[in-house]
Amino acid sequence: MSKLKLVLGIVAIAFVTLTVVSCKDAKNDKNNSTDHHSEMNADEDHSKMNHDNSDGHHDGDKKEMTMGGNGNSQAVLNDYFNLKDALVSDDNAKAKALGATLAKTLRSLDISSNYSESQKDDLKDIIEDAVEHAEHISESDIAHQREHFKILSKDMTDMVAITGTDKKLYEQFCPMYDGGTAWLSMSEDIKNPYYGSKMLTCGKVQKEIN
Amino acid sequence: MKAVKIIAIVLLVAFVGIQFMPVERNQSDGVPKTDFMLVNDVPSDIKNKLQVSCYDCHSNNTQYPWYNKVQPVAWFLEGHIKEGKAELNFNEWDSLSSRRKASKLRSIIKQIESGEMPMDSYTLIHKEAAFSEEEIQQVIKYMENLKDSL
Repeated sequence: MSKLKLVLGIVAIAFVTLTVVSCKDAKNDKNNSTDHHSEMNADEDHSKMNHDNSDGHHDGDKKEMTMGGNGNSQAVLNDYFNLKDALVSDDNAKAKALGATLAKTLRSLDISSNYSESQKDDLKDIIEDAVEHAEHISESDIAHQREHFKILSKDMTDMVAITGTDKKLYEQFCPMYDGGTAWLSMSEDIKNPYYGSKMLTCGKVQKEIN
Repeated sequence: MKAVKIIAIVLLVAFVGIQFMPVERNQSDGVPKTDFMLVNDVPSDIKNKLQVSCYDCHSNNTQYPWYNKVQPVAWFLEGHIKEGKAELNFNEWDSLSSRRKASKLRSIIKQIESGEMPMDSYTLIHKEAAFSEEEIQQVIKYMENLKDSL
């Protein structure tokens, strides 16, 4: 008899626990937060607010939008060049961080003015593609980062062909990496982002832009 | 001894309990017109391979063997399917621009070439999903050609 009670008790506890757990899950989905599930729910209301702020995701995006000045193609190029330099110096962690920055800048790129409809479509397409590569770069090892940087470089070259730039750029080319691969640089000197220190000066200037 | 019994009972109850928790099943009726197989002329052996090895996580339809309906396996699977579809959904292939298709094809080739896809945790239970050396070459060649024809 006491055994039955014990079993019933356990079933009840398990049921309550599961109900709570499943409710928690549903709530988390609504909050749309990925990393801080348990803390979010355990926290008090006011600390929850702080938590949301420190998370920085949404707020950061908003800031970019309202600042506006950041939404131009030069900002994208600057982030791209920083990323390139991180790859040149074989810095995986830095490239990860800069990939995330670039993805954010790309998303805030303003394409609403001065372009024809077909240019807008192309730019939208380029941005969508580039964002995906930048995001992958933000979470990959360095070999993968370089694979994605290759296609990202193509996207950037196509973007510049539409947006133009007031800076002088060099399209450089390394015949050895993945059957021949290009990238953009502000400097005429070759510093290869695909090999880094292994083959720093492999490549040549293929084209000058501006 | 009693403690062991209690723990065993709790675990059992929890195991039974989680079976009742809702899971999203990745299933839909019909194949959209944008499907990879419908818009491309895919040879039947490659078609078959992609269906068996990729479509469980990279399309809107997962074949669920019984053990994939058992928790916590189903949760584990659900997460992978979500992630897989976000990355690449063969059912929506033709909604991508040429640029995006080329990007995806490059990634498909790299992933298969390096053996990262299909995932080890998947081929462990789905033996038939694993690629032989020959199949790798065959699929990569097809994807390369497709990329060049874009």
